[in-house]
Amino acid sequence: MSHEFSRRSFLRGTAVSGMGVTGIASAVAAAPVPGADGSAVRGPSAVPLTLTVNGAARPLQVEPRTTLAEALRGPMDLTGTKIACDRGACSACTVWLDGMTVCACMMLAIEVGSRQVTTIEGLARGDTLHPVQAAFIEHDAMQCGFCTPGMVMSCAALLVHTPHPGADEVKAAISGHVCRCGTYPHVVEATLAASKDKD
Amino acid sequence: MAAPTRAETFPLGIGAGPGALSTVTRQLPLDEPPALAPNAQLQVIGKPTPRQNGRAKVTGALHYTVDLKLPGLLVGRILRSTVPHGRIRSVDVSAAQKLPGVRVALVLAHAGDESATVRYVGAPVAAVAAVSMAVAEEALRLIRVDVQPLPFVADLDQAMLANAPPVFDGGSAPQGSASGFPAAHGLPLAGNLRGPAAESRGDVGSGFAQAEVSVQAEYRTQVQTHCCLEPHVSIADWRPDGLTVYQSTQFTAGVRQELAAAFDLPLARVRVVVDGMGGGFGSKSQLGNYGRIAVLLSRQAVAPVRVALDRHEEQIDAGNRPGTWQQLRIGARRDGTLTAISLHSRGTAGVALGAGVGNNAQTMYPCPNFEGAQFDVFTNAGPGCAMRGPGNTPGAWGLEQAIDELAGKLAMDPLVLRDRIDASPVRREERRLGAERIGWARRRAWSAAAPGGGPVKRGIGMAQSIWGANVQTNSACEVRLHRDGTVEVLSSVQDIGTGIGTVLAQVVAEVFGLRTQDIHVRIGDTEFPAGPPSYGSRTTASITPPARTAAWRVLQGLLALAAPALQVRAEDLSALGGRIVVRGQPGRGLAFREAAALLATDRISEVASRADDYAGFRRRMGSDAALALQDLGGVQFAEVAVDTETGIIRVERIVAVHDCGRPLNPKLIESQVQGGVLMGLSYALFEERILDRHTGRMVNANLEQYKLVGPREVPAVEVIVLENYQGHSATDAYGIAEPANIATAPAIANAVCNAIGVRLRSLPMTPAAVLAALRGAPAGSSLS
Repeated sequence: MSHEFSRRSFLRGTAVSGMGVTGIASAVAAAPVPGADGSAVRGPSAVPLTLTVNGAARPLQVEPRTTLAEALRGPMDLTGTKIACDRGACSACTVWLDGMTVCACMMLAIEVGSRQVTTIEGLARGDTLHPVQAAFIEHDAMQCGFCTPGMVMSCAALLVHTPHPGADEVKAAISGHVCRCGTYPHVVEATLAASKDKD
Repeated sequence: MAAPTRAETFPLGIGAGPGALSTVTRQLPLDEPPALAPNAQLQVIGKPTPRQNGRAKVTGALHYTVDLKLPGLLVGRILRSTVPHGRIRSVDVSAAQKLPGVRVALVLAHAGDESATVRYVGAPVAAVAAVSMAVAEEALRLIRVDVQPLPFVADLDQAMLANAPPVFDGGSAPQGSASGFPAAHGLPLAGNLRGPAAESRGDVGSGFAQAEVSVQAEYRTQVQTHCCLEPHVSIADWRPDGLTVYQSTQFTAGVRQELAAAFDLPLARVRVVVDGMGGGFGSKSQLGNYGRIAVLLSRQAVAPVRVALDRHEEQIDAGNRPGTWQQLRIGARRDGTLTAISLHSRGTAGVALGAGVGNNAQTMYPCPNFEGAQFDVFTNAGPGCAMRGPGNTPGAWGLEQAIDELAGKLAMDPLVLRDRIDASPVRREERRLGAERIGWARRRAWSAAAPGGGPVKRGIGMAQSIWGANVQTNSACEVRLHRDGTVEVLSSVQDIGTGIGTVLAQVVAEVFGLRTQDIHVRIGDTEFPAGPPSYGSRTTASITPPARTAAWRVLQGLLALAAPALQVRAEDLSALGGRIVVRGQPGRGLAFREAAALLATDRISEVASRADDYAGFRRRMGSDAALALQDLGGVQFAEVAVDTETGIIRVERIVAVHDCGRPLNPKLIESQVQGGVLMGLSYALFEERILDRHTGRMVNANLEQYKLVGPREVPAVEVIVLENYQGHSATDAYGIAEPANIATAPAIANAVCNAIGVRLRSLPMTPAAVLAALRGAPAGSSLS
């Protein structure tokens, strides 16, 4: 769709991808060529990069236009991160970058650099669920569950920065998340309970 | 010859406390299980058990259809019409076909036949399958479409004008169905107006002549879109030995039937699978054009193909709740007794049928004289489809406000009026409980609505829902017991977020004296016995009785084996606390696993199908479904604060009182009711598909300008669920999803009217609409 094209068109590689080879995947990384400002231009073909995801270095080859959400779900097979709107309007794709929440659909994989990515798959410690995950189960803070991973990531991040939130702070933390099943009351209830369990 | 039966005595009545229930004796088939005691006496059923796949959901491990990866999977994309009405002269896919990475480029709209006419922006014209999304989208840009634009109409009111361009000629219009859903077949079409679907009883003329008071008003509802978070997605894998389709669906068994019919395949060679399912709300009930296109592409590519809609496509071609206009007139005596109700409605489901306003007006309040005439109006807009409480949700918007308007004219409390005119004992109890909880006594009476006191006005209102208790009689379930004591439940029924898998585990665990987590639930696959659809609030009512029946039959087999080992008769044994024990001698028995080890084969199993309700059905709905004797009633109360300077309505509290027969898992029910309430609140205040009548395009086809309720607008939602025992089936459980959504918007509107003394009769109740109403501007303007 055209909105995606324009959103991604701010890429430094725009001039190159305009040459008519857009969209043809290649396993071969293009050699960096100098851009107008002298910096290296990468793409449009796949380029190598290494992301640190859930504590592990993950080398991969992606086209520069690949969003972080696409890279996670595709080559890294971390499909717990969901894409529902693909333009930052629903927060289903929320992950952490160095502990801060971001919409993974609104960021390119090549922008991540050395920052630590944490996804829903990396939140539990082995078999021990994060307190927010456990509370979500206990309080049934989910229905279809498609928004749930993003919701969990935002609520867990909230408790890092605000260990004892009030209901309004939980609502603020998940504002921007869309849950069509209407689980918000149980999400707030679960997060407040998780904050108390941590004591 | 009638099948042999036996008598069983069931709990009967509303309530959980001692003395609340009486009993009723029913005749039931010999192979149905004994009557189930009230919840208070049960071990597993009725408990707020956490959902079984909760861990998979909170860890991201659950696989939804969009997450699936098959070897060699291709990406399918659909090229869609950019004109609201047109005739395709040619579609040239040759350049797309030549693009490296494109496997199939398919023309869907063929010049010269009926498929050449596109009737809405977004209608499929062509499709491609390619090795990546990027290549597929590039291929779509290379397809050349020559289309002759035709006159169109995208607005309900304009479509009814005499000179409006016809959306269909007679032959091409959708025909409706014998079941009457989404619309009856055989109704006349004049221009874009199809109908009426007419219903009448008594004589409304004399009814209105007898009336001492009457009200008449017009109500409008907007088009609402489903906004499922997981998109509509289908992965088709066509192989020489059969077709497998992975689809995000509310009805695996139904999609299989559609596929078999559409592609002339034997049912035994078609399999439909869904695990995680990211929301449907009515819009994923059928195969859909995207599902059909995925199969066409896969068949031609000889490879699996995924077609997943993006958010824009979701908004324009994945269904919607039709917009409606309705005119209600109600006549009554001074004491409130109803003498006549008349309902006229016109709604548009775009190019589809099903824009009626349900059966609230004809059935909620008994009235000897009724006439109803409901019309569908075709417009050049994306097809509507069922959405949570189809018909009755817009219907309640009109009727429940009209009843309040009548109460106002009668100078009666709206609850007192409903106590007088509503014959349902269930809703009477729900009104009592709800009024007590919300503090109805705090509600300002009309005469007491004092001016002054600051810009924020508070009000309390209520409204009621009615919904048929649907049962899919074509529903079956298998229960297996393995020699190691493992128990499995298998059915093609799908969990769309309600937690039906967990509820099945509870029902089966109760039979075997096990814990919920001991039961292995395998659902969402047509390789298992055909389960019901998850629509029409019928899943629990349809699949939990056969689950209990199958489990009970398996248990009989196990007890027959355990009896000689314990030197008692099988009928002296029961399953309790993980053991098979002699009744009255809890110390004498076998561990469940020890008993299972007595099996002569690796496993035993039983398949049970849905027995008819023990007291019969009200009526059959085609060959596969029926309507239970009782209706599902719900009553909701709303408390609002309205800022008369900004026009902002803040819903502060909702009390939702509901009945679903025997509640099987109160936690899951609470979640569903909260969800229904919030969808209703969102319908009341925020949502509206805005279709530009000059271009036929949806201008807010996304999730940022299409406004949904967010966490900050969520009020306190208090849920009260009745226990209502009727002795109708092996579980006596019925549905909840749709009733929870129907009454919310009119309850809020009645509360708003109580707060500001002005009635809003059009949805959504935006700040601008509130301010216009306060200024006395005419109501009813809408883009719809």
